[in-house]
Amino acid sequence: MDPLDIARWQFGITTVYHFLFVPLTIGLSALVAGLETAWIRTGKVAYLRATKFWGKLFLINFAMGVVTGIVQEFQFGMNWSEYSRFVGDIFGAPLAIEGLLAFFMESTFLGLWIFGWDKLPKKLHAACMWMVALGTTLSAYFILAANSWMQHPVGYRINEATGRAELTDFVAVLTNSTMLTTFPHTIAASYLTAGLFIVGISAWHLARGKHVEVFRPSLKMALVVTLIASLGVAVSGDLQGKLMTEQQPMKMAAAEALYETEQPAAFSLFTVGTLDGSEEVFSVRVPKVLSFLATGDFDGKVEGINDLQAAAQETYGPGDYRPIIPVTYWTFRLMVGIGFLTAGLALVGLWLIRRGRLPKNRWVWRIGVLSLALPFIANSVGWIFTEMGRQPWAVYGVLKTSASLSPGVTAASMLISLIALTVLYGVLAVIEAGLMVRFAKQGPPTEAEVLPDSDTAKDDSDRALTFAY
Amino acid sequence: MELTTVWFVIIAFLWIGYFFLEGFDFGVGILLPVLGRDDTERRVLINTIGPVWDGNEVWLLVAGGATFAAFPEWYATLFSGFYLPLLAILLALIVRGVAFEYRGKKDDVRWRRRWDQAIFWGSLVPAVLWGVAFANIVRGVPLDDNHEYAGSLLDLVNPYALLGGLVTLALFVLHGAVFLALKTTGEVRERASRVASVVVAAAIAAGGLFLLLTQLQYGKPVTWLTVAVAAAGLVGAALANTRGREGWAFIGTGTAIVAAVVTLFLALYPNVMPSTIPGNSLTTTNAAATPYTLTIMTVVAVIFTPLVLLYQGWTYWVFRKRIGVAHIPQEPTQSTPSRELVS
Repeated sequence: MDPLDIARWQFGITTVYHFLFVPLTIGLSALVAGLETAWIRTGKVAYLRATKFWGKLFLINFAMGVVTGIVQEFQFGMNWSEYSRFVGDIFGAPLAIEGLLAFFMESTFLGLWIFGWDKLPKKLHAACMWMVALGTTLSAYFILAANSWMQHPVGYRINEATGRAELTDFVAVLTNSTMLTTFPHTIAASYLTAGLFIVGISAWHLARGKHVEVFRPSLKMALVVTLIASLGVAVSGDLQGKLMTEQQPMKMAAAEALYETEQPAAFSLFTVGTLDGSEEVFSVRVPKVLSFLATGDFDGKVEGINDLQAAAQETYGPGDYRPIIPVTYWTFRLMVGIGFLTAGLALVGLWLIRRGRLPKNRWVWRIGVLSLALPFIANSVGWIFTEMGRQPWAVYGVLKTSASLSPGVTAASMLISLIALTVLYGVLAVIEAGLMVRFAKQGPPTEAEVLPDSDTAKDDSDRALTFAY
Repeated sequence: MELTTVWFVIIAFLWIGYFFLEGFDFGVGILLPVLGRDDTERRVLINTIGPVWDGNEVWLLVAGGATFAAFPEWYATLFSGFYLPLLAILLALIVRGVAFEYRGKKDDVRWRRRWDQAIFWGSLVPAVLWGVAFANIVRGVPLDDNHEYAGSLLDLVNPYALLGGLVTLALFVLHGAVFLALKTTGEVRERASRVASVVVAAAIAAGGLFLLLTQLQYGKPVTWLTVAVAAAGLVGAALANTRGREGWAFIGTGTAIVAAVVTLFLALYPNVMPSTIPGNSLTTTNAAATPYTLTIMTVVAVIFTPLVLLYQGWTYWVFRKRIGVAHIPQEPTQSTPSRELVS
């Protein structure tokens, strides 16, 4: 096997896997903090029970996000040393800042939150979870600044003497236009993920009429969050699309399998044809919509893959500048489709539970449970689309993926790494999913379990810990 | 001071912080089967580091990120060159992190025993391999004209590096034992102190030999001082431990770790990765990022590092109390299987 393929598979597997946990961490940390704050403000024990319940699921998820994150930082150097040498001056800074500002904050305050229930005043304890939420969001900001630079490099120059990219304007990197649309898109997607996660599990319990006092408020909060987040995802995604047309026209054309330039261009909902879409047998198309998505004008011109390939060869020399079209076409469709679906589900859900109602129809709850899977699929295909759509470039228009590989690492070493990580990740996925299901089904702790021990006779130092591993 | 030297110092500082902090939580992980005779005792051990181990590990991530930003060539050469040992460290850290969080999630003997093994191996492997890696960095490895690692895995296996691995293992186990004596009560505390008094002899023997070899082969006049401080730290820890002065013993092992890492970095300077092929060494100058990047990074580090130290320090203050068997809740708070059966 070609080392390049092995390294790409490893990056794909480890990154998509890591990102199964990250959005839930970002979204759920704030929602758990919100529930704890609601408990402190209202004194309603149901909110405290909800905090403990969702908090426990949050922790099971968080652990996986942390440990898989270490691989992310190391594998740039391990598998992609040429990339690291070439971009380190620019790419390393946001990574280091992410660690210093965000990772320390997340891990330290989460430790305080987990073990601090009986040690910290209530408000300070809730503030710790807010700090975790802030940390996860900061983390997203810096890592997306790094990624956006790969999508749309700004604030740099190529040093002719060393042949390396050098940072010239750090503010430009932190305010990259690509970044300014990707960040809200990712954050909105994270809240969407946390929202539907809560919707799905709440639906399971409500269908059985259990713990209604905890899960009804949870469900309502989550549906509102999902609806707002869906709108956020749509608006930011639309802005991203227009920017992508401008900055990476090939990715936009590949998203649509648009081979010939069209004006106006139709949006294809569904196509049956050759796998790469070069010849179609049957398709459903909406006229002019692609023009609008791409340019904001219903009669705008959208360039096709063939013209863009010819233009790229002229600029960058001979080579294939097309990503794998079936991948981009279908991942784009899935992502956008799920985005609309979740908005619709949230709207219908809110209508069904209006003014204290709880639907009797079992299918309503079944769909509610199943909707839990949607954001995870959408997040994965979204990243697969945006990363594979950039190929053959690692840094768009500057450095090819094939030139980024570590020259000194053997294919055998890379294969060992790929297999070891994939097997370990597979085993951990089974364990993690098992625990999630177990604790999700178990339901929230009872009122007696969450309220602090009124046993004042004992000295504080003799009391058992409220939480211990 | 040149910015490149400043960043060499900052990266040394990050590794010192990492080894000082994660050093004792590696030690606790390795001592888990030795000091924890039953499940409750093992929970006592794990909970001494429960609130802090994750924050401690972030020091590694920041050290890695800072190396990437400040010395991209160093990051690229080191991580691709030491590929398989780093992979082993990664796998160990993954398993270990998950083990801490998931171990208590089921009240099942076999489940817990497996995670206990994961914690042990997940702590042992990095504790040894970090020493092997750093000894090899100081010793020098073959680098080609493009600063790519030109050796094989076997080049990393040599007596000096293996001794380095033994030293970090002994130091971390000792540091962990002393930490446990400081943070627990009852029998666990006494046992930890006894283990410390045995391990300290091994640490002095292995550490003394390693640092002496390092001094004679790669040292500078000034490193005589740091070697002496490291030795004094260990001897002080031994004395303090026999007198039951656990706080002083911990300061002693901590001092030894700090002085040992300072010795290695001083021996290294101005190289960051010396090459056994002449003329190809990576130095603080030829591996560095541009002055512009280094300036930005310096500003960020100056503002935020004190803040991090402040809130991490506060965590240790909040959880300053000793833990004993009596503090471990009888019913594991995480799982109540009886209720699950009903539903």
